[in-house]
Amino acid sequence: MAPVPPVAPDVPAWKLLAVLGGGGTVAGLILVLASQATQPRIQAHKAEVLKASVAEVLGAPARWETLYLVGDAVTTQPPEGKDPSKLERVWAGWREDGSRIGFAIVAAEPGFADDVKLIFGFDPGKEVVLGFKVLENKETPGLGDAIEKKRSFGEQFVGKRVPVAGIKKGGSRGRPESEIETITGATVSSATVVRIVNNASARWTPLLRAWREEAAR
Amino acid sequence: MSDGTAAKSPSRLDDVVRGIWRENPVLVTTLGLCPTLAVTNTVANCIAMGLATLFVLVCANFLVSAAARFIPNEVRISGYVLIIATFVTVADMSIEALAPAVHKDLGAFIALIVVNCIILGRQEAFAAKHPPLRATLDAIGAGLGFVLVLLMMGAVREVLGNGTFLGRSVLGPRWEPWVVLMLPPGGFLTLGTFLIAIRWAKVRKAARAKAEAERAAPSRNVPSAAAGSAG
Repeated sequence: MAPVPPVAPDVPAWKLLAVLGGGGTVAGLILVLASQATQPRIQAHKAEVLKASVAEVLGAPARWETLYLVGDAVTTQPPEGKDPSKLERVWAGWREDGSRIGFAIVAAEPGFADDVKLIFGFDPGKEVVLGFKVLENKETPGLGDAIEKKRSFGEQFVGKRVPVAGIKKGGSRGRPESEIETITGATVSSATVVRIVNNASARWTPLLRAWREEAAR
Repeated sequence: MSDGTAAKSPSRLDDVVRGIWRENPVLVTTLGLCPTLAVTNTVANCIAMGLATLFVLVCANFLVSAAARFIPNEVRISGYVLIIATFVTVADMSIEALAPAVHKDLGAFIALIVVNCIILGRQEAFAAKHPPLRATLDAIGAGLGFVLVLLMMGAVREVLGNGTFLGRSVLGPRWEPWVVLMLPPGGFLTLGTFLIAIRWAKVRKAARAKAEAERAAPSRNVPSAAAGSAG
């Protein structure tokens, strides 16, 4: 390291505190301004992405609503005093004629590398997957990331009954209504996706069925 | 501004050029290897990372140079880090607002610009001891040098590893991508190859200079030796 120019031997402590404290205050102010300038765009973009994803997996619903999981019940009204963004959410979508299409569910589980996060449309009455989209993955580029990049893989899920089963090409076990052909060279990533859909649908089915009854009353 | 009169335009230009090639932060001083290895698998990531680093480096160099005499020596590193961290956070938020897809790809590496040795190194080694103009030029040079290396890495890794450049196919469908170059080891392989090439060029240049000096030496040395013995 280059030699430092000599300074007065004792700089009083208050001066050190004043410099760092003053600098910190100015830095804080700059960050507040930068945050205020950028947050609206960031939030708008996040909402946009979510809206597009929900619309994609539910097949362009005429209207949709956010549902919150409070305790063991699904409700449209988050309880007072709780931050709604901290609650688990699903989205219900309806057709033009008012009939319900189903629910969009977000779920994540560890894959080959880090969590795989996906959103899928689900009809808890028929236990059928309506649409499928990977939101985040850090799987191996060129191999495992095909779960997101290879459209034909995700399209297989549409209309399948849960629990789905991953099979190798040509390895059908005679349940075509529930079988997903896995990607060659991406066995772990494919199995992760199948597992996420099965676990999340199993978990949400009773919760969402209960909500439908509540709404009907 | 004591050297303002002494330093003529060649020196000003030298402040910029030095960082781009002769003292390139990555290839010569091997600083900033973490982002160089981690985010150079696509050209788009390299551009975003390079520009974010350049922005932080220029702002921090200018401010540190202007504020150096107000910062007591005891807290100078804390002061530099405070200044750098502020600009990094501003850059982080701006990228998230303007280019969310790039922000998603770069992940934590934008925030990690705070601990990029190139930036802290330039504050301590140059900005704190030179006037703001020269510090800014120095930052532009080092920043461009960093961008240049990232782009070289990104071009090699994306074209060979994925067959694309900026997402557009360049090698055609028959190209079998060298997937390893897109993976973390690809960063080490590519950077290692660059460093070998640079070292090789330097060693060759030095050898050639030495050979030339030796060839020139006898003809010049003999008369002087004769003169010496005569004296």
